[in-house]
Parts: sequence; structure tokens; C-alpha cells
Amino acid sequence: MSSNNYDYLDGNAAAGELSTLFAMDITAAEGQCAHCGAKRRFAEAHLYMRGPGVVARCAVCENVLFRLVNVRERVFLDVRGMTYLSIDTSHVRTSSDSALA
Amino acid sequence: MWRVGTVVALHDETATARTITVEVRDWPGHVAGQHLDVRLTAPDGYSAVRSYSIASPPNSERLVKITIERLPNGEVSPYLTQEVMVGDRLELRGPIGGWFVWRSQQTEPVQLVAGGSGIVPLMAMIRSRSSVGSKAPFRLLYSVREPGAVYYRDELEALSAQDCSLVVTYAYTRAAPKNWPRAPGRIDAAMIAGTAWPANLVSTCYICGPTPFVESVAELLTASGNDRDNIRTERFGPTGDRK
Amino acid sequence: MGIISRGFSGRRTPTDIKLPPGQYLTTDFPVLSAGPTPHVPLEKWEFVIDDGKNVLQRWDWKSFRDLPSQTVTVDLHCVTRWSKLGTSWEGVSLDTLLADIKTDASYTLVRSYGDYTTNLPLRDLLNKQAWIAFRYDGQDLAAEHGGPARLLVPHLYLWKSAKWVRGMTLMNEDKPGFWESLGYHIYGDPWREQRYSGDQ
Repeated sequence: MSSNNYDYLDGNAAAGELSTLFAMDITAAEGQCAHCGAKRRFAEAHLYMRGPGVVARCAVCENVLFRLVNVRERVFLDVRGMTYLSIDTSHVRTSSDSALA
Repeated sequence: MWRVGTVVALHDETATARTITVEVRDWPGHVAGQHLDVRLTAPDGYSAVRSYSIASPPNSERLVKITIERLPNGEVSPYLTQEVMVGDRLELRGPIGGWFVWRSQQTEPVQLVAGGSGIVPLMAMIRSRSSVGSKAPFRLLYSVREPGAVYYRDELEALSAQDCSLVVTYAYTRAAPKNWPRAPGRIDAAMIAGTAWPANLVSTCYICGPTPFVESVAELLTASGNDRDNIRTERFGPTGDRK
Repeated sequence: MGIISRGFSGRRTPTDIKLPPGQYLTTDFPVLSAGPTPHVPLEKWEFVIDDGKNVLQRWDWKSFRDLPSQTVTVDLHCVTRWSKLGTSWEGVSLDTLLADIKTDASYTLVRSYGDYTTNLPLRDLLNKQAWIAFRYDGQDLAAEHGGPARLLVPHLYLWKSAKWVRGMTLMNEDKPGFWESLGYHIYGDPWREQRYSGDQ
């Protein structure tokens, strides 16, 4: 059931939320959709953020990649929609161009 | 983790957009293209979080600038563009994002395409390039409704005037200036062909704006021969809000 | 809790309006979703009640619209804290749809076009508590609000009023749906503020 709606954001929009869970930047991570096998950067996922929780969907097939719900002091995460998520750890944190003392 | 910054300056970019400069003592530094989250808390504990792209380039002064567009029915943007005063404290989280970034070590040609307030992170890239004296060839295609909606116009004019490897083109979608050579309209294949880097130069493309804008431009860039892997995108909400 | 932002008040509700705890009043109609809006052509639309093995009853759009319908005015309470009062809908009562079905199942899993599901006790759909609604505010229900038809169960949080409804499965045991399986309350009574699993 395809649609032309543009009701979604992308992985960049969820990165702040996910930064409480992941020490590494998630937007550059490569993920594989468990449903269609497409491999994409997390930044390219379709993010539905305005509902009761965060839902990331595959940009190719729209199946759920992951879901996240904040319940008070707890976060519920369901990542069954991704076969894997591959994160480059060579940048210890997103490095800055400037030299800060 | 949330940090607290102090508002040190306010500057109106347009009738509805304002840049806030925040000093954050423990700011870890950032890269052009990244964003931050702002959290506002009401006395009853209710809080709202919004994401804003960082407009300022990496710098050593622990200052970050964000440019906010006031949305008519917004919950947060009217407060940030009209209520906030110099001296107020803001809670910030960031910097966020490692994909939609331009690092000064990059030397390849860069194609920037901005839709409305999508110019903000791209301006950080342009400012970053300028601050380190990079000669990476940059082209910016900046789509806005009408001339009054342009952010940073004077600065863009000055930078492109003094550096011919930065080329800025405006695309007006609703109303163009008098005698403008192109009738108002959205970016189309002809505009891409006429103003963007040819695909064989293998430029890195950054597209930022509302989701429909980003999808349309991404499709035009791939149709003109750019590889999907060389196109980086950041989508704002349909009204320009990031949430 | 964060530092208080000087002069920020968030959303405000007039104090003489009674809302469930933690809600604020809105006059617009926010569109929230977990995925793309499905576009369901009416000639393909169906509503199917099954028991997990067999189809018990099925309607296509024409036979569904031939059923008697009602116009109701109800209040909506979304778990994301907004409430919208006095909304007007036209729909077919679940009492009508379930009238000819004999079952000893106690629960249902409601299914939508797309992949959304939500679960409810069967008795919460009966006795004039629920409708399959196809008109809102005097107009055909817009796709962004769940059209062609959505479930409307106003006594529970709005996530239970599944948009783009396509059917329901009768079950003997309660089985959590899309949000119930990820931290939201299995029942969802806004007046007892049952937002999350574990809330009393």
C-alpha cells in the first residue's frame, strides 16, 4: 500500500533521542532491513516521530526497522526490524574541527 | 546529556526568523551540519524538546548559533523568537549527527541545496569553509518562497563576491524580485542542469529542507547522474519544524 | 527535571474545563502516526472479523455502508496529552457489526491497513462504546485521520481508536498490539491515567 505522503523525518531527527542510549553517532551507521534486505545509512531511514513513540521505517519497503518508547525513566527499544546495525567506532565521538583547549 | 548555555545575542534574520547565540561553557565542539536539541521546561514540569541545526561554524569560543523560524501555531518557536532575552539560560543537548556533516578536510566539490530554513546547516558548512580558507568548490542552490524569506543574504553576497569558488543561486518559488530572469517555481530538472555541479564531477551533495522538498531534489540529483551514496539529506517537518 | 525556562508556559487549558489527568485542551486536530498513510481504494476496502482461524463475517464498502449508522459526539484523549472535546462522527456501531457473531472470546486484536494493531477487551467494544467511523465533522473521513474508516473508542486513549481499520481477530487471551507491546498500557483508561504498562 504505497503512498505519497511526506509525513516522516529521517534518522537525523531521532539521533538526539538515541544519543541517550548510544555513545556513538547513529546517523552514519549502516543498517540492513530485516524485511527487504536493503542496506542504508540510518540517516536515510524514514522517522515517524509525532506519535506515542518513535518509529523508524525502511526507506525502501516501509517496514519497521525499530521502535522506541519513553516510559518515564525507562526506554523501550525494539530493533527486530534490522538484521544488523554497523557503526564506525574509529571516531571516539563525533570529532570537531576546532581545537578546544 | 543536557548542558546549560546562556543567551548572549539575538539577531533577526527575517521578519519571522531569529538567530540566537548561546554561550556554552562546556561545549565539546561541533562539525558543520550537526544540530542540537533545545529543551524548555515550564514551572509545572512540562517540557518540550525541539531540534535546531547549528548555524555557526566550528570555532574555539564555545559559542553556538541557531536560527529559528517562527511557526504560527508553534509551541516552542514563538517563545524562542519572541520571548527569549539576552541573559536567559537554555538547556541544550548536542552536537548531534555524524552523517550530514562537512569536515574541513574534505576537498571535493560540494553541492548544497537548501529549502527554506534548510539553509541553516548548509550555512554552517559555508562558514566553516570560509573560516579555514578552504578552496573546495561550493555551489549553493537556495530555494525560498520570496525574497523576504532569505536568511544571511548580505553574508552570502559578501562571501561569494570575494571568493569565486563559492557560487550562490536563488530559486524563488512563490514571488521573485522584479525583473528576475526566472518565473517563480519549484526547483526542476532544468534548474539542476543549469546550476548544479555536473554529475561527472562526483560532488558530495547536501540537501536540507522539508521532506517533500528533499525527496524531490534527491530524485532530480540522482536522475541527473549523481550516485545515491554521494547525496546526504536532512529532512525538516513540513512546516520547517524539526519535530 | 530541567531548569525552568523563564516565561515558558507550554500549553494551557482554561481551568473550568474538566479533562482526564495530565491532559491539555486542543482546538486543532493533531495528526499522529506510526507510518505512512495508507491509501485504500473503496473497491478494495473490507472489514473482516475472524477468530484467528476462520472468517466469521466480512463486509465490503457497499455492504458496510448499507448498515445502519449513528452520529455521535465524543471527546478524544490522546496519550501524547492532547484532548479534543465535542468531536462529531458518523459510524457503524460495533454492536451492529458483532450482532450476529456468537463467540466466547473475551479479547480482540484490531488490525489496520499498514501494520498497526491494537488490542481491547471485547466488552469495551459493545454497549454503545465503539464505532467504525467513516465521517468526521460532517465530511468523509480524511485519510490522514484514518479514512476511509477507523475504529472510534472514546472511553480509552486514542491510540486504541485504530486508524485505517481493516478488521479484528477475536481472541481468548489478551495479546498486546503495536504500542501495548512496547511499554504502553494494555487497557488505557485516560481517567485512571493508564498510559504505560505498570500504571494502575
